[in-house]
Amino acid sequence: MTEPRRRHERLVAGLLGPSGAELTCEECFDLLDVYVDSELAGEHADERVPGMREHLTGCPACAEEHDSLRDLLTTLP
Amino acid sequence: MPGSVPAVQRVSAPASLDRETEARAWLGALRATGAEHDEAVRRLHEMLLRAARFELMRRRGMLARSNRETVDDLAMQSADDALTAILAKLDDYRFESRFTTWAYKFAILEAAVRTRRRAWQERELPIDPDAWTTLPARTLDPAEDLLNRERLAAIIEAVRTQLSPHQREVLGALVLAEVPIDVLAERLGTTRGALYKTLHDARRKLRTVIGAES
Repeated sequence: MTEPRRRHERLVAGLLGPSGAELTCEECFDLLDVYVDSELAGEHADERVPGMREHLTGCPACAEEHDSLRDLLTTLP
Repeated sequence: MPGSVPAVQRVSAPASLDRETEARAWLGALRATGAEHDEAVRRLHEMLLRAARFELMRRRGMLARSNRETVDDLAMQSADDALTAILAKLDDYRFESRFTTWAYKFAILEAAVRTRRRAWQERELPIDPDAWTTLPARTLDPAEDLLNRERLAAIIEAVRTQLSPHQREVLGALVLAEVPIDVLAERLGTTRGALYKTLHDARRKLRTVIGAES
């Protein structure tokens, strides 16, 4: 994919957001630990916490915090 | 007291029992008094500080203009505030994750928000009321196929004609200018949740207008 195409798709995704039902930022924070533990345990995290994946797609700040928590837990001894 | 534990899905029973035992030990110590409480708080703060430092290290590019002392202060403030929040919310923990995972998320949040605000503290918000008017010329690369160009043009037209001025302002700042949502919330005197609700409603209206709503 070319860089202009990537920029275009990122812009359209940012403008339209995820189309499925999504959590709010508050709900995302409340359930982030459940979702990440579920991911790391190899469970079906998206079934356990419906709407989380959609929210992480639409909210860059929550997505960053999700990635950080997951990576912290995977790097801890 | 198995009856007092909220029902949760558990895939691995042994792992869950370990998790529950560990969580009960933390809760018991943090709710105790005297030396047991103090030692639990000390251990928890140590963990939170480690998590805050991890987060700040991940974002060191955003803190390039901050010296070591400032970054250490940010880590300590993040750990302190996370600890305060956790001690106030112990009753909210529902045994659905490891206690330590639940606790770490507070430190990650505090450090992430502080980093974003620090990185933007001397920057003006790039809110340009004409941004939507000039966006097509800046964005619609001739290399894009006609369908994509027409779709983006329809979205931008919907932004200009269907959204409220506040929705346009929020969408422009968060999506076009990529202002972090915490920073925008602080500058506008609102909350992250309220801003995301505005963003969510604006996006839903755009999807409806261009026929992309599922």
